[in-house]
Amino acid sequence: MTLKLGVPSKGRLMEKTFSWFEKRGITLSRSGSDREYAGKVEGIDGVSLILLSAGEIPRELAAGRIHMGVTGTDLVHEKLPRWEQQIEEVSELGFGKADLIIATPACWVDVETLDDLDAAAAAFRKTHGHRLRIATKYHRLVREFLTDAGVADYTLVDSQGATEGTVMNETAEAIADITSTGETLRANHLKILSDGLILQSQATLWRSRVASYGVGEKEVLSELLDRLS
Amino acid sequence: MPNRSQIQARAAMMRVRFEAAGAQVVDTPLLQPAETLLDLYGEDIRARAYVTSDALRGEQMLRPDFTLPVVQMHMTEGAEPARYTYSGEVFRRQEHDPDRSNEYIQVGYEVFDRNDPAGADAEVFSLFALQLRGLPLRAATGDIGILTAAVQGLRTTDRRKAALMRHLWRPRRFRVLLDRFAGRKPEPEHRTMLLEAADPMGFDVPMIGKRRAAEIEARIDALRDDRDTPPISDNELAGLESLLTVRETMPFALEQLRDVAVDLPQITPALDRLEARIAALQARGVDVSRLDFEAAHGRTSMEYYDGFVFGFYAEGRPDLPPIATGGRYDALTRQLGNGAEIPAVGGVLRPDLMLEVEEAAQ
Repeated sequence: MTLKLGVPSKGRLMEKTFSWFEKRGITLSRSGSDREYAGKVEGIDGVSLILLSAGEIPRELAAGRIHMGVTGTDLVHEKLPRWEQQIEEVSELGFGKADLIIATPACWVDVETLDDLDAAAAAFRKTHGHRLRIATKYHRLVREFLTDAGVADYTLVDSQGATEGTVMNETAEAIADITSTGETLRANHLKILSDGLILQSQATLWRSRVASYGVGEKEVLSELLDRLS
Repeated sequence: MPNRSQIQARAAMMRVRFEAAGAQVVDTPLLQPAETLLDLYGEDIRARAYVTSDALRGEQMLRPDFTLPVVQMHMTEGAEPARYTYSGEVFRRQEHDPDRSNEYIQVGYEVFDRNDPAGADAEVFSLFALQLRGLPLRAATGDIGILTAAVQGLRTTDRRKAALMRHLWRPRRFRVLLDRFAGRKPEPEHRTMLLEAADPMGFDVPMIGKRRAAEIEARIDALRDDRDTPPISDNELAGLESLLTVRETMPFALEQLRDVAVDLPQITPALDRLEARIAALQARGVDVSRLDFEAAHGRTSMEYYDGFVFGFYAEGRPDLPPIATGGRYDALTRQLGNGAEIPAVGGVLRPDLMLEVEEAAQ
């Protein structure tokens, strides 16, 4: 039996994860061609590398199908309502930093806070006959955040990509999305609400609390944690 | 733990009792159009109900309660007056507490009657008390109509009253608005800058989105108007605050509320209705001298109730949801009635929890 480590299967997140482990003497690599999602681990015995989409890693950890995994805080909080019970944080990796925020058109000079957003939503519904639409893929986090802030008369519309463009296209009035530099928001004439920060996210190494750990896996786990600390 | 057939049997027995009280048995589809529920409850309902969809009918929800479809049914085809009873599954999404059921049986009783609201309130409450007789429960009552009357009668602008009414069910947000309208919170800096700007619309970013310039201007005008409006008076504020803290047995609560009405005379008609309800409950044999009244009862969870509200709670079991809840929802019939309306009151019971409490008591 081996300790299964889940890592994002492509892009900068994969490369940066590989170099984070490399600095700690553990070499992760893709075996075979670039298209093959199989991996190799050198520098420690008993660990196998599973390459997965970052969005699937929370679910795999919570199901105990992998023992450890690297993915963003945003995805964990969105996909696992009771994440503390299912997984624990081992280490923040210091990259992939991004904020989940609420943004409105920059031309809404009267809207600076959630309180303003709520008032604007009430008036908008009266004028247009439908609730103010907020485009996002983080439905649960955004809904809980807005409920807690007492914002009403809004509706979440699903947007899995190019979310910043929805306002210009008039398929949404505001957005809730991940941003790191704010560049894309500015380019699309959007601004962040001053109290619209929902979550600060970064790439994080997690450990599953529900995966089964035999004697062998326990030993490998404690060696791995030693090496990483 | 009671099993499903025990729960079904208990539900059937309770429904028969409601039939004996004059109710007609009704049933509603399990799948409900999502749009109506979303319009009524807002986006929060998605956290509480299961959503499904198909390409033809769009989004639908697994029935999260009976009240809405029963009201719709009555408003389209019901005769007056009407009494309905039903029993069946409702579905509630659970994301935080694995011990709460996501599917359970409700038995309900709803009265649509214009003639004697106090009598109908008392009828529903006393029938529920009868169904629950012998169980170690605590009953609590309240009246959303008193708070509503207090807000609607404030000596301030309609806009402020509408804002407070909109957040009546969100106590924290209500408090923030109240403090602002009473001038207890300084105006935020960004607001001052906006309202004092010579040309707030003279920005150099493009106008985008469906919310047009005229709507932004209208809000700025509204904010300027509001700034020139005198604050809600200390008397009224103190009245509202003491109203919300009233927590007594019914006759004493009425007495305290009559004192509050010195500062808030607008609640007097609502208090007269409370007095009539107390008399009607007494006439039905309810011991009102031991029945609790909490002015804030039902303020956080019962969004469509607008008058009498009540709940029955298991003593010493704060982990259990209420065993029965109900109340008056006149406004809901107006909202769903396309111009028609009828005073309505009703509630639901949970036979599964009743059996659980019975088992524990033995």
